[in-house]
Amino acid sequence: MDMTTDEVQEHITAEFEAFDNWMDRYNLLIEMGRDLPPVSQSEKTGDYLIEGCQSKVWLIPEFRDGLIFFKADSDALITKGIISLLVRVLSGRTPSEIKNANLWFIDKINLRQNLSPTRSNGLLAMIKQMRLYAIAFEIKNPDNAG
Amino acid sequence: MQLILFTVKEIAEIRKDFPILDTRVYGRNLVYLDNAATTQKPSCVIDSMTEVYSKYNANVHRGVHFLSDMASEAYENAREKVRAFLNASDTNEIIFTSGTTGSINLVAFSFGERFVKKGDEIVISTLEHHSNIVPWQMLCERKGAILKIIPVDENCRLNPGDFTKLLSPRTRLVSVTQVSNATGMIVPVKEIIEEAHRYKIPVLVDGAQGVQHGMSDVKKMDCDFYVFSGHKMYGPAGIGVLYGKREILESLPPYQGGGDMIEKVTFEKTTYNSLPFKFEAGTINFPGAIGLARAIGYMLETGLEYIESLENDLLRYTWNSLTEIPGLKITGASEPRVPVFSFNIEGVHHYDAGMVLDKLGIAVRTGNHCAQPLIERLGLDGTVRASLCFYNTREEVDALIDGINKVKEMFF
Repeated sequence: MDMTTDEVQEHITAEFEAFDNWMDRYNLLIEMGRDLPPVSQSEKTGDYLIEGCQSKVWLIPEFRDGLIFFKADSDALITKGIISLLVRVLSGRTPSEIKNANLWFIDKINLRQNLSPTRSNGLLAMIKQMRLYAIAFEIKNPDNAG
Repeated sequence: MQLILFTVKEIAEIRKDFPILDTRVYGRNLVYLDNAATTQKPSCVIDSMTEVYSKYNANVHRGVHFLSDMASEAYENAREKVRAFLNASDTNEIIFTSGTTGSINLVAFSFGERFVKKGDEIVISTLEHHSNIVPWQMLCERKGAILKIIPVDENCRLNPGDFTKLLSPRTRLVSVTQVSNATGMIVPVKEIIEEAHRYKIPVLVDGAQGVQHGMSDVKKMDCDFYVFSGHKMYGPAGIGVLYGKREILESLPPYQGGGDMIEKVTFEKTTYNSLPFKFEAGTINFPGAIGLARAIGYMLETGLEYIESLENDLLRYTWNSLTEIPGLKITGASEPRVPVFSFNIEGVHHYDAGMVLDKLGIAVRTGNHCAQPLIERLGLDGTVRASLCFYNTREEVDALIDGINKVKEMFF
């Protein structure tokens, strides 16, 4: 991973700030969702499902060389766009980076205001699930904790 | 199809009664199409509640003082207004509750305690929302009773024949919705009640989605219980009604214990108050009841027939507009229904559609509408639901249609 989590967040923020209305920002989110590498049907099992109220999100972690890589998919495109942002920031990081990352871009691009947990998009559930995987990985591999 | 065109002026006058309808969201005019979740409130309802708190707020049925008398009188007048609206025989048949859910839980508990034993059966339908499913499941679990479900066809219609087949000597109660909240389809409750009564089985009608469309005559229906919420009929939240036939209500044990529901309390034994107070433990939401009565007054002053004609016009206009959109599928048949439309746009997730409509200032609901079993039965993940009422306009329907076209552009 070349960029730090902060650098990735700066890139994302700049991409969103190029648009001044939410329709265009949604279009951007939708495009970002579409660009996520595909998840095979066989991986979309209940084990990987983060069940929100409104749309399904699958989050699949892979532990490799002390890092956690995430793949994700959703049946709703805006939700898929949101998880793609989290994957961009947090995939390929150490458990400690994932646990401690300050996800300031969420406020910066107004994701929280527009997509708050009460609106059932599961943004917080997604972050929580990523952090839980990080903790689980640390517990299983104490040598890699750091 | 004949469409009656109401004058712009008439509708504008009605909309003036609802201050929130002028709200702008994201720099656009609010198009509020989520009335099946909760309706907006006319100024007279808001004012009536302000008046309670600013002029005669005092606990009801307790004080010897002037304000308490005033509040108690206004509260009991509210009960009388509800009685008249429902065409019930007796104010003792009108119990104020916290809402539809509160009312159904009350019946599930008290009726269950009195009449339901192991192996008995309760009948509900596939159309029910969770409030008319879960309390019965809890009762069945408590008593070892069995929940039986009336099926629906692919058009979300209940077949009265299927219903009759479910009845048995062990059936203790039937509880069905008057209008499906997820589809807007009207349920033939009159036939269901007639059939159940042939076997002397009482019927609860869930009027949460029917009462605001004027289907509130309990005598005409001959239902044994009728329940609804204030907030879905232009009244405040946190207040609702349980109507029950006096003879049945008299026979039921109280639901909750507390103040006002008692006659005499000693530590050895407590005797209970008579109807309707037996079921109104603690300080009831009397400002809510007064606001609800004002909402009923508002509906009657506007005219139930007038409301119905406005809504029928909107219903036809919306149905025609929606069915013209390629790739849009409405859940359920064209009639009989109220102006509530659940639909899916081919290739678009309902949540995505709702998010984009929101940004266009259009408030709809998306998801399973708290009726998961029905949505699953229809093989869906969820739908977009646009629910209209008489203060909506054809222009707002046009805005919805434009919004749907915009959604299609974005996701195709």
